[in-house]
Amino acid sequence: MKTMPRTGMLIAIGLILATILLGYFGRDLSKALDARWLVKFPSAWVIPFKTHISAAMSWLVEEAAIGPLAFTDITRAIAWLIEQPYQLVLSLLATGFITGQGPEAQVVLPAISWIVVTTAVVALGQYCRDWALAALVGGCFLYLAIFGQWDSAMVTLASVLIAVPIGAGGGLLVGIWAYRHPLGEKILSPILDLMQTIPIFAYLVPILFMFGFGPISALVATIIYATPPMIRITTMALKAVDPEILDFGRMAGTTDRQLMWRVLVPSASHSLMVGVNQVIMLTLNMVIIASMIGAGGLGFDVLAALRRLDIGAGFEAGIAIVVLAIAVDRLSQAFAERMGQVHHVNPGSWITRHKRSAMVLVLLVLTWVLGQFSPLLLAYPESQTITTGAFWDNAVKYLNVNYFDTFEAIKVFFLHWFLLPIKKTLLGIPWPWAIAMLTLLGWRAGGWRLALMCGVMSGLIVVTGLWSKAMVTVYLCGASVILATIIGVPLGVLAALNRRAGVAINLFIDTLQTLPSFVYLIPVVMLFRVGDFTAMIAIVLYALAPAVRYAAHGVRSVSHELIEAGQVSGCTRWQLLRHVRLPMALPEILLGINQTIMLALSMLVITALVGTRDLGQEVYIALTKADTGRGLVAGLAIAFIAIIADRLVNAGAKGARIRFGLES
Amino acid sequence: MKRSLNILSGLTLAAATSATAAFAVESSDPIKLTLHDWSGQLINTKIMGSILEEAGYTVEYVQADYIAQFAGLKTGDLHLAMEIWETTGREALDEATETGKVVNVGETGLMAIEEWWYPSYMKDRCPGLPNWEALKDCAEEFATAETDPMGRYVGGPVTWGGFDDERVEALELDFEVVHAGTDAALFAELESAYQREDPIILWVYVPHWAPAKYDGEFVEFPAYTPECYSDPSVGVNPNMAYDCGKPRGPIWKAAWAGLQDKWPGAYDIIEAYSLSNDEMSAMVGKADLDGVEIDTVVSDWMSANKDRWSGWIGQ
Repeated sequence: MKTMPRTGMLIAIGLILATILLGYFGRDLSKALDARWLVKFPSAWVIPFKTHISAAMSWLVEEAAIGPLAFTDITRAIAWLIEQPYQLVLSLLATGFITGQGPEAQVVLPAISWIVVTTAVVALGQYCRDWALAALVGGCFLYLAIFGQWDSAMVTLASVLIAVPIGAGGGLLVGIWAYRHPLGEKILSPILDLMQTIPIFAYLVPILFMFGFGPISALVATIIYATPPMIRITTMALKAVDPEILDFGRMAGTTDRQLMWRVLVPSASHSLMVGVNQVIMLTLNMVIIASMIGAGGLGFDVLAALRRLDIGAGFEAGIAIVVLAIAVDRLSQAFAERMGQVHHVNPGSWITRHKRSAMVLVLLVLTWVLGQFSPLLLAYPESQTITTGAFWDNAVKYLNVNYFDTFEAIKVFFLHWFLLPIKKTLLGIPWPWAIAMLTLLGWRAGGWRLALMCGVMSGLIVVTGLWSKAMVTVYLCGASVILATIIGVPLGVLAALNRRAGVAINLFIDTLQTLPSFVYLIPVVMLFRVGDFTAMIAIVLYALAPAVRYAAHGVRSVSHELIEAGQVSGCTRWQLLRHVRLPMALPEILLGINQTIMLALSMLVITALVGTRDLGQEVYIALTKADTGRGLVAGLAIAFIAIIADRLVNAGAKGARIRFGLES
Repeated sequence: MKRSLNILSGLTLAAATSATAAFAVESSDPIKLTLHDWSGQLINTKIMGSILEEAGYTVEYVQADYIAQFAGLKTGDLHLAMEIWETTGREALDEATETGKVVNVGETGLMAIEEWWYPSYMKDRCPGLPNWEALKDCAEEFATAETDPMGRYVGGPVTWGGFDDERVEALELDFEVVHAGTDAALFAELESAYQREDPIILWVYVPHWAPAKYDGEFVEFPAYTPECYSDPSVGVNPNMAYDCGKPRGPIWKAAWAGLQDKWPGAYDIIEAYSLSNDEMSAMVGKADLDGVEIDTVVSDWMSANKDRWSGWIGQ
């Protein structure tokens, strides 16, 4: 605490107290002073950004042109380009090849049989690593067949197979470009921030205008959402390559191109794979939202099942998404690992060198030929599927009938002692005071640049007239983040200290992250009714993962010498944790909380589906009214909140690292 | 292999052409129909699609959002939307038809009813129902811990409009309006309360599977008139508007304006197409409650009503 002198500390505490008091009594105060504009920004002062944006967008879609080419012609051409490979993959996996249309349609070639696909992934798993992986992915695909999710899963897989290469490849290229041009990185950084933080619903309408209806728009939205981590990780990974390797490459006389593709990218491949993994996970995260604008597949099944309150069916389709995610993720990681190794080429003919490919190809032809006579070979028989749907329905019903009063009591307790006081305080803070405090905080944490950014961004939220909705957003996310931290950090510490608990916690977190939140949202509504508490549970469940992961990572990576030093000086286990492990892990934990905030904000649009009244709802209303400007303005407000929080926490984490001598 | 494929395709071709006499269609480009995420709309659209196919047209189904689809209908990316509800979609439909790029093809024959609804067991606790005035005395019966002593009414998503906040005020009902964010959340509340036989009153609409699954009734408010919404002096409360029930209205068919030029025959069929609420409720019940596949429900209707739809094609 050397950097902050005693008086500074006192001032800080005083200001925090003043803010809380001001917030709590803000409403009464503004009434007493007859200055309601202090808490409620007058609508006459609002700058109508949304009408300007809407006008600009309709100009772009209807009139903008480069010479004879209209803007929409260009976007439609891009859509056409993406559609070709997508149609090919979709035909192969799901629909089969068909000529003619309507009644004259003929199936030229049916889709690849489930037997062949499953065999192919087993072979791929064995090729990439070992039989254990083969069994895992084979099991995943068998699950899809046995639980009757095959057809939908293949539609989803087709879109993943298109979106992931475009997202990962495009991200890699853009990342390389940013690595080569430092100025490019500076321009790109805020754009990436916006891509990651503006909710997809906000730009769905313009995308539909530009790329037309159907799966292609869904793919484009998915790619926009899933690419930024890849770009970031690429730039970071390339920068982190050991300078000696770089020098060595130069000395060997490589050209720039060779240096990049033969030296830099392979040496960074491990980190790059983390990016690819992120792209896959985010793509599968988007499955539900994509299905709302025409992607079909498993996401649509979840949505349709929940609309008829078939919780079991929704849950099964949701689990199918998790299973698919696990299979694709593990396979891609193993594949990348395998690519990084040196291979010996076995002598012999093509068939002896490619036993597995040959086998899969033979099987493919066999099922196509024999499939004409026995449909079993082409499609998994419906009579052999099993379902656990009734079990889930009954489980929710049992909880509902027997434990509702308990749930209700928990909810009322949280509302009265936790949620409502926070809400009242935040909504009562006069906006000029809030802007001033944010600016001050920015200045303390990161100097005048950060101060300027905090001031301008919060000011912009005020002049768009979204202040109170933004405060509801901050309240909902803030409360959820506090809870997620209280639950997540101890879980992470436990996972780091105890191996067995670690495995279980990891599995739990993986499932929570890939299971579409919509699946558990509806049962939660049944148990807790619509409202803020339900929304908070959904946000906590979704945003828990990074808090756990980063805490575990932070605790694990505390240096052994420090721990030994602690043990030597006679610390108990508890003291070791409190005085050595936790403080040293603090910067990592802070970064985890930062990610938790980001995820909480990205859940907002989903929670609007259970009736919250925040910026997420604003975006959702704009979507259903096809109001581009309104959606983008609210989306930008969410992005601003995210960026302010991100910068402040990052600056705080950096300060903590400097204090502990981890960084200078 | 090629031979067997030819045999197979020959068979499907024969099956397709035998259904109807060869009917020269204006264009074999696919007519794109939009699908949403509720069963009634899927059934409605697929029946329409099946009839068009029987008439020789090519049909393609596209998944689209209920309101966002108008963007596609305007540009001609999409061609036909089978369920635009007077109650929830009229505003968007009018806005679209004003541009001249979308046309209203008329009613589907289905009538949308939206109103406050309660399960039958609530009648014991609030005996005056379904008359709305009973709600004045037993608002407390509908209270929860959060709203006590006010009753709790679960309204639709804010995007549905509905003027429930205004209605509660105008009719002097001691109710708090809570908005569910989505249709799914709305009915999750009903399912939950129904399982426990707990008090609930909420926004229900038909055609929907809920009234088939749960035993209950609509509240009878003073009947809706346009003046009741626009003129405060009309109705029970002389000082406020919205002192009546919700409007009821048809479910419309909306199409891309170019559809009539490109497929005039199809346009006539679409215009003639009509179903009834009872038919639709029965089909939705079959699909959502008995777990029958939508395609089976559709083909059952097609075979049971051959005369009806042949008549629409023949016009």
